[in-house]
Amino acid sequence: MSARTLSYAHAIREAHAQLLRSDERVFVLGQGVWSPWYAGTSLQDIDKEFGHERVIESPVAENATTGAAVGAALAGMRPIVFHSRMDFMLLAVDPIVNQAANWSYMFGGRIGVPIVIRAVINRGGEQAAQHSQAMHSWFMHVPGLKVVMPATPYDAKGLLIAAVDDGNPVLYVDDRWLYAEEGPVPAEMYRVPISAAAIRRAGRDVTIVAASYMAREAERAAAELADRDVDAEVIDLRSIKPWDRALVLESVEKTGRLVIADSGWTTAGIAAEIAATVAGEKLRSLKAPIARVCLPDVPAPMSRVLEHVYYRSAADITATALEVLKQ
Amino acid sequence: MVLIRQCEERIAELCDAGEVRCPCHLCIGQEAIATGVCTAITDADYAWGGHRSHGHYLAKGGDLKALIAEVLGRATGCAGGRGGSMHLIAPEVGILGTVPLVAATIPLAVGSALATKLRRESRVSVAFFGDGATEEGHFHESLNLAALHRLPVIFVCENNLYASHLHLTERHLTDNLDQAGVPHGVPGHRVDGNDVLAVYDATAMAVEGARRGEGPMLLECRTFRWRGHVGTALDLDVGVRRRDELPEWLARDPIARARSRLVARGITESELDRVLEEVQAEVDEAVAFARRSPYPAPESLFDHVYHRPAGLG
Repeated sequence: MSARTLSYAHAIREAHAQLLRSDERVFVLGQGVWSPWYAGTSLQDIDKEFGHERVIESPVAENATTGAAVGAALAGMRPIVFHSRMDFMLLAVDPIVNQAANWSYMFGGRIGVPIVIRAVINRGGEQAAQHSQAMHSWFMHVPGLKVVMPATPYDAKGLLIAAVDDGNPVLYVDDRWLYAEEGPVPAEMYRVPISAAAIRRAGRDVTIVAASYMAREAERAAAELADRDVDAEVIDLRSIKPWDRALVLESVEKTGRLVIADSGWTTAGIAAEIAATVAGEKLRSLKAPIARVCLPDVPAPMSRVLEHVYYRSAADITATALEVLKQ
Repeated sequence: MVLIRQCEERIAELCDAGEVRCPCHLCIGQEAIATGVCTAITDADYAWGGHRSHGHYLAKGGDLKALIAEVLGRATGCAGGRGGSMHLIAPEVGILGTVPLVAATIPLAVGSALATKLRRESRVSVAFFGDGATEEGHFHESLNLAALHRLPVIFVCENNLYASHLHLTERHLTDNLDQAGVPHGVPGHRVDGNDVLAVYDATAMAVEGARRGEGPMLLECRTFRWRGHVGTALDLDVGVRRRDELPEWLARDPIARARSRLVARGITESELDRVLEEVQAEVDEAVAFARRSPYPAPESLFDHVYHRPAGLG
């Protein structure tokens, strides 16, 4: 029997619908939640199905909207706040970082903030610097937050349900470049555990660690590498905070080589943190220096010619892995 | 009001003695606002505060011992010794948190009001904030959001004329904070913030409208803090101007005004003095409790970064 498949965007939509149907504390709030312009098909007609009282289109006010969701969460609700681009979400860093992330700790665990903040990475297409940023690693720095980055339709649904259930502030980062990807998605509600990475391909020669869109590119790279008789292991992080240290360390111990791919900038990004951890704990297992495949430290350019050299893809991961294997 | 006054005077002594080390922003002189507002609402209603919130916490019914223990950094504090004076919480009486980031809890109050509206409850949410908070963008965003959804929020601006060291006229061209909500559709009223009955009456009116579904209201309560922005000194941080203003405001002491009203109604001075003595004994007991309480265990440093709902391992 073949498994049911859904696109990544439809998997997100299905998670929203099942959450709204099964838990009256859940509501959706944000700019563009009534419009396919902002959410693609990931919220298609969700307002028509559940009504404008629970699917709330907000004024152009990221800070107060996100703050209101934090307040509603503290008052017992389970809001999902939608930011159609992570760039605009930066106007709401106070309620996310100063407030939601700190609340449990600074009040001695008296109360939690069960909020999901959906941050969409929406880049490419000559959108340039302020419509392209992938800032997920900023939030990885902050104690009290959880950050998930699904790469597959299965995880897109399961991580959203797990995030709403978690009881802590969770930044749910989805990538528009993945919206059309199809994959198996069970019809029932299920949870993908936060902080558990997944081995997408087992291998012996080199470990490739990646998240979100770059995890998919890493799988493509592994297929290219297999054609060259290189047996790569691909780890999809799925959660970048907390991230699955044990699985990554175990893999590096086995392969002795590590390439880390991320859709964010190089400096102080996910890859820097993972590289530091591996160097600190498994230096003697390493047969070659750790390599990173991340964005160059420049703002996103506009012209397609510049975009072409700016963004990273499977080919970059393949080339980097081959370099590492030469050493 | 006298509980707030006597508690804060005691905290000030503990600050001066070096026993309280966390930054404390005292509301001495402003007690009528917290008291008047919180008397007009119930334990089921939510109230949110800022950096200067000892008064809000106590007026809403927060536990005195847990407050003193918190400012002394004890495990028995309302935040387990992780918050201090600037982070107070008493969920059992509707205080879900007071925090020092200016204006930060204004949108949160809008959110708790949204929660109660979605649940079809009749609770109101009160946001306490200072005049400086009205300069933040999210104050305006919040008023708009609350008005748009007709949310049951009372925005209580405690205008003590100073944001830290800067006078209102150095930050605003016009002195009309009561009208700050009008463009957003939030009606406003200016209230004598040193008159507890005036504050009570204004709040009761706003609460009645909010519970009826008429939406938010802004109350600008005019007052003055007697001490500095932070700490116990009278005017060290803001210089000459406050020195000139202070005597006039000392003469408008909200507690003295309430006392003379009560005396005029036939309550004797000795009855009132007895209340002060009882409150003093309560404060002394709370300080003794806090001093007896243990500090948080060093090994608890990592506890509560993530919240675990009660009942789960």
